[in-house]
Amino acid sequence: MKLSKAQYDEIAQFLGHVQPTRQSLRKLKEKFPSQSQSTLLSIFSQEYQKQIKRTHAKHHTAEAIETYYQRYLNGVMKNAAAPVLLDLANEVDFAPSLMARIVLERFLQEKDQAIPSKTLINSMLRDPSQIPDGVLANQVYQCTVNDCCYGPLVDCIKHAIGHEHEVLLREMLLEKNLSFIAEDQLRAKGYDKTPDFILEVPVAVEGHIIHWIESKASFGDESSHQAHLQDQFWSYWNRFGPGLVIYWYGFIEELDCHRERGILLKDCFPTDIVTLRHSMAQR
Amino acid sequence: MAAVLELLLQEEVPENHIHDKLVSLSLLQKDFVPFLLNFLREQTSQILTNGPPTPAKTPNSKAHGSQRTGSERRAGHATSSRVQLFSQRTSVTTCTTDTSFSPAAASSSSSSFSGSNLSSPYSDFPSVVSSSSLSFGHSPVLHHGEKRSSQKASLGSFLTATPEALPVRRGRRKGSSSVGASGRQVARDLGRSLAEEEDGKSDSGSWSGGRRKRSEVPLVSARSPPSQLNLNNLEEFPPMGAASGWTNKSKPSRRINPTPVSAERPLSKPKTCFTSTPVSRSPASSLEAFTAVQEGNLSSVISNSLQEEREMLKKERCKLLHQASSPAGMSFDPCTPTKPSYTRSASLPAESHLVTCANPAKVSCKKQLECLAQLYSSCIAEASGRQHFESVHNCVYFAVRVLDYQYEYLNAWRLEFTEVDSCWEALEQLMLGCLNFEEWEFIPLNIMICRDIFYELLREWEDNNEKTGWDFERVLGNKIRAMMAHLSATCNHSHFARLFQKQLIQMCKGPIGGCASWGDTPDQDVLNMLGSDNLSRLKRLQERFVVPQSIRGPCPPPSFPGCQQFFKDFILSAGSYQFNQHLMDSLCLKILELNGLTLVEHEHGDGEADMEEQDEKKRFAVALLSLRLLAKFLGFLVFLPYRTAEQPTRDLQDSALALRNQTLPVLDILKLLRQSIRDQRSILTIPWIVEYLSLVDHIAPFLDYYRKVFSLLLQVYRLMVLSEDKEMSFLNKLLILAVLGWLFQVPSVPEELFFTADDRQERSVRDTVTSAQALDFVPLVDQQLLYTCCPYLGELRKLLASFVAGSGGKNGGFMRKITPTAAESLAPKASVTQRKLQVDLEQAFFHNQPPSLRRTVEFVAERVGSNCVKHIKATLVAELVQRAEAMLQDKVKEEDVNHDKLLEEVCSHLYEEGAQALIKGREFCKKKGPEAVRVLLPEETSAAVLLWLIVNLVSFVILPVKVLSSAENIAVELATERACGWLSANIAALIKREVKATFNRMLKVPGFPLPVEDALELRRDCPPGCQHCAPFPSQIINEIKDVLCVAVGPREEGEMVDCVWLECLLGRLSQTLRCRKFICPTSEQQLAKCTVELASLLDRVPLSLGIKSPEKSSERLHGKNNPTCGLLKLLFSIWKEDFGTSVPVQLIFSKKNVGYLAEAEQREWDLFLFLLHGLIEHELMKTSEIQSCLHILEELPWPSDFVKDLKRLSHVFVSEHQTEEPRTNPCELTRQSLATVSTQS
Repeated sequence: MKLSKAQYDEIAQFLGHVQPTRQSLRKLKEKFPSQSQSTLLSIFSQEYQKQIKRTHAKHHTAEAIETYYQRYLNGVMKNAAAPVLLDLANEVDFAPSLMARIVLERFLQEKDQAIPSKTLINSMLRDPSQIPDGVLANQVYQCTVNDCCYGPLVDCIKHAIGHEHEVLLREMLLEKNLSFIAEDQLRAKGYDKTPDFILEVPVAVEGHIIHWIESKASFGDESSHQAHLQDQFWSYWNRFGPGLVIYWYGFIEELDCHRERGILLKDCFPTDIVTLRHSMAQR
Repeated sequence: MAAVLELLLQEEVPENHIHDKLVSLSLLQKDFVPFLLNFLREQTSQILTNGPPTPAKTPNSKAHGSQRTGSERRAGHATSSRVQLFSQRTSVTTCTTDTSFSPAAASSSSSSFSGSNLSSPYSDFPSVVSSSSLSFGHSPVLHHGEKRSSQKASLGSFLTATPEALPVRRGRRKGSSSVGASGRQVARDLGRSLAEEEDGKSDSGSWSGGRRKRSEVPLVSARSPPSQLNLNNLEEFPPMGAASGWTNKSKPSRRINPTPVSAERPLSKPKTCFTSTPVSRSPASSLEAFTAVQEGNLSSVISNSLQEEREMLKKERCKLLHQASSPAGMSFDPCTPTKPSYTRSASLPAESHLVTCANPAKVSCKKQLECLAQLYSSCIAEASGRQHFESVHNCVYFAVRVLDYQYEYLNAWRLEFTEVDSCWEALEQLMLGCLNFEEWEFIPLNIMICRDIFYELLREWEDNNEKTGWDFERVLGNKIRAMMAHLSATCNHSHFARLFQKQLIQMCKGPIGGCASWGDTPDQDVLNMLGSDNLSRLKRLQERFVVPQSIRGPCPPPSFPGCQQFFKDFILSAGSYQFNQHLMDSLCLKILELNGLTLVEHEHGDGEADMEEQDEKKRFAVALLSLRLLAKFLGFLVFLPYRTAEQPTRDLQDSALALRNQTLPVLDILKLLRQSIRDQRSILTIPWIVEYLSLVDHIAPFLDYYRKVFSLLLQVYRLMVLSEDKEMSFLNKLLILAVLGWLFQVPSVPEELFFTADDRQERSVRDTVTSAQALDFVPLVDQQLLYTCCPYLGELRKLLASFVAGSGGKNGGFMRKITPTAAESLAPKASVTQRKLQVDLEQAFFHNQPPSLRRTVEFVAERVGSNCVKHIKATLVAELVQRAEAMLQDKVKEEDVNHDKLLEEVCSHLYEEGAQALIKGREFCKKKGPEAVRVLLPEETSAAVLLWLIVNLVSFVILPVKVLSSAENIAVELATERACGWLSANIAALIKREVKATFNRMLKVPGFPLPVEDALELRRDCPPGCQHCAPFPSQIINEIKDVLCVAVGPREEGEMVDCVWLECLLGRLSQTLRCRKFICPTSEQQLAKCTVELASLLDRVPLSLGIKSPEKSSERLHGKNNPTCGLLKLLFSIWKEDFGTSVPVQLIFSKKNVGYLAEAEQREWDLFLFLLHGLIEHELMKTSEIQSCLHILEELPWPSDFVKDLKRLSHVFVSEHQTEEPRTNPCELTRQSLATVSTQS
């Protein structure tokens, strides 16, 4: 689904300070019924991440950490069953999963008198059962489960979505009889940067010749597209020539401005494909 | 006279006719020359409004600073080339009204008449390479004005972008004072004066030359200087650079070659594109740019009347002056000083971090940081820490500790820099000694990454170089130098130099600098806005700013138009000795290669000949243009270190000569020149040597070596002018004369040379040999090429044409005196020697065969040879590599082995077997070569010929291309022997390379060496007939996540999960797991984990039973109807049947999950027991496992009553499963045990 910059801005503005909970998602869907859920979720997630990046440092000062930890301790002392960490995160506008990480780190630091390794923390966040303190384990788990933008569960969902869409694209390519080399094959050959699929025989999409296709199971907003251009698409272009990027969850229309230069954006598998011999559209 | 002229103009007549005319002309020379010059003068003056008299080269003596006499103007005149005078003057005249006009470029200089040094011929070559932003300030924009971008319609931009608008005012308008001087020197002879006058218009020529296939004829004329010529007459004025046969067509690039950046993007001016710059721009700033472009377009709406145009001009000028005076307005850094780390870095790939150059200019809080640094170092010093830093280990350890203490702060960066993490971990491991130093090295900045950066720079340049105020050095300088630093670190200069050179050829091989000029197709937006009528007005207005620049005088100084500017600026900004050296090496090689171009001889009458001739012409033109381009850059690099803005004093010159006479030039052009004359190949060689020499510094021409070169060139020139040599094609000759004439006028070429030159004729000029490779007499140059190489000739043509058209104007005016260069008629005719008697076998053989035969054989040899290597690589080498991999895999597991040694060892085993490559290769060639030849040659080829070919082909095929020509007479045996040598040398390298690559890949695989892990993952396929329409795993995870959310809370009031829906979800989960299409290990593992969590939390999920029977919920604890039990049963079956991965059911016994049970107000022991039985029942866990889990649980600190319950439950469980009883229905068991537990609790 292509959005105009204006449409996108409207959504982004609404998302200003929404908390990353399922309740917020529901509200969002009500507010923009015409947009697909996945698109909204993707935009929401990206916007939220931007916001978190902006404020990340603020929550990681020694004072802030100390405050959060004390508030957590006081909170669970009063009522261990209450969603102390989650409420705290929401109150200070921070991602619950990240808040859980802060408090967990602080907790471990106090307990072991040493700074815990990142691997350990990650492992505990993935499986809170490993957390030595039962109450904290519950609190952390509550945070990671309720967070719909950060945390191991969300990471996994994102990864799964990405994979699924790659498979989907592969199926479509097979169906259209376009021969391709997939990323893993290319990697095995030692290529450093490879798109998801390289077409062995280039095709023309909407009149533009493409050599490769990249699948992005997210919404293409300005900053993410910019980032992708920088570390992926242009590199592909340099290596393989012009190509197509599919943002399955849509993108901002205005970003599709590199067509002439060799980067095409679509929000679905293209229908207007001309192969060397015949036009598939006319078939 | 006019008639003679007219005859001359009819270039369409066969060339020998023209030649006749020339001959007759030389008789009339005395009269004709003054006439012609006069005519030209008149025309020029009309075209160039009040143009100067043909500019005279200032004598060198004047250039010696002290002799500046006369007014300021004359002084200015003295130091700058007249060429520049010419063009600058023109620019002034186009802006007639305002005499105080002083654009930004000039105002940056201190003196008001600074034009004299700013506009020196070296304004193209900023003398300060790296640091001076001033000199760079104007250099990059110097030529961009030529390629007006239609998106940049703002008038102000033109003002700055037109350096010719420097406030230098050579006041002379038809001034007669210097006429004598110029006249004296200008036209020494006819040829030369021709060239010069042609120069006069070079610019509109180069203009139209700049646009390539898209160039439209009417636009050519629209851009021509206003004159009374009938510019719309296409026949009189064919577009000079317009689509020629050999103009490069953009084609999709393959991965190895550099992708042509510009070739593919003439249409891609980013219009309303706010992400067009991939390099270091914050989204915010690009957005600004986005709007700025639009505004720019709006501001370009040009008002209707001429008066308004004038008004606008004035305003723009005013604006500009203001801008120039307030440098603060030029701040471009979008970073806010407080949070520099968050601007763009998040998305930068690891590699680009390598080249992110710290810029001292961007440091914020300098004072504080300085303070901190001092404090820090004094601390170290005080702790007498210095002697502790004796080894790299200690240093790294220290660094890690420091970082570690800064953990919190650095942690904040983690989201941004994933690399920090990996670096961090690497450091940590290093600290622990788990990693040795060999492993911990920087990722080599391979050439791919460099190419990415290079292209990024190129794109940024393309997007921005025409923008007002964009400065190459300022924007790209640091990036380039950072890249160079990393190239140095990895010794990749030669690779990069090759890339650079390839890209240079690719982008600049077009007629003028390779860049399409943006202006020729009007931007659609502008067109829509203005309408075509106003557009022409706009164009005229633009031309006021742009055209003057394009008229760079009759003898334009060497320049780097279009894309060449990028490459030139790149070299300057890089300022890297290593890079320059490698680039020179690379250029020399390529030049020599191209210079060796041989053309296939074609016998006339053959049907193919015509086509071949065309092809050869094209090949020649491509080679010639590439040579000229490369030679120009080589010359630029070679003379760069000696470049001075002004002619050095005599003393300096002498000492410099003494020094520099001792060194040899990089490329022996004298030898090449002599050879070319001897072999009659000067038509190819001289044009590029001229380009090379055009960039000489002031001293070089006086060096013994170059003096010889110039002297030889002068001889050639004179000879050509005077000789009646009919063998040389007329246009070939004209090209050589034109380029030489131009060279002699280049400001740094001293005139003294012409008078002191050794008159003795070089032998090479006389003793020419007509060899098979001779080119001079082949009509290779066509008009197209001539105009491309000498755009100024096009101007002459226009003039002459206008005369024919009758618009010549009156006679009279200034009559110049010319002194033709002394013309000894020395020229002994280069005798047409007979063909070489000694030709080697192959030549003879091919000579009597149709040319296609040779090509076929060469083609087959090359292809089969290449295929042979590929074949061996794919079969033999691949096989060997596989074996190597197995060997390595075994050995690498043995304790700490030195990887390099290991690699060497394994490879050495393989080399012996690599010898097989020779046998296999020969077999392959023997088989494939003859096959291919047979298919490709006509069937009528005689058997003897075929046999010869086949015997010889083997030698062809196996030998590398270089030795092909010498392989001709070698017997098959000998050839094979040599081929074996070659192959064995290469096969070893090939094997090693492949094995090494495989090994590196092997080491990189995460978790290596632990290949056992994969075994756990069960390979499964979709059930037969699967339609792959199960829900996506991500969807299911998401939904389960939602259920978990409800389970752990916080819940909204009355929030329930519909039991039926949940059952349905589990059903879909089952489907999803069965269809293997979309599932990946990560999602499956996550699903396994989530479902186990779900099972543990199931009693916390408030289930709504829908319409079924809400009242039953009170009885939910009992029996089979308990919906929770039903869900659990479903889960058991899914865990057992549907998962392809192991399900971590033991998580049920984790402290956290059992804790849910403990916390519950009403502990659901029965459900827990049901769960345990289910696990046993479905063989998900063994009884003993559960027992031990329970045992562990009992040890944990629970509330005492809970421990009691737990023990009881454990007891019940043990008693029930002690004897592996025959299967009982789990529900039955539950009911029994339920009774037990509840009574006990």
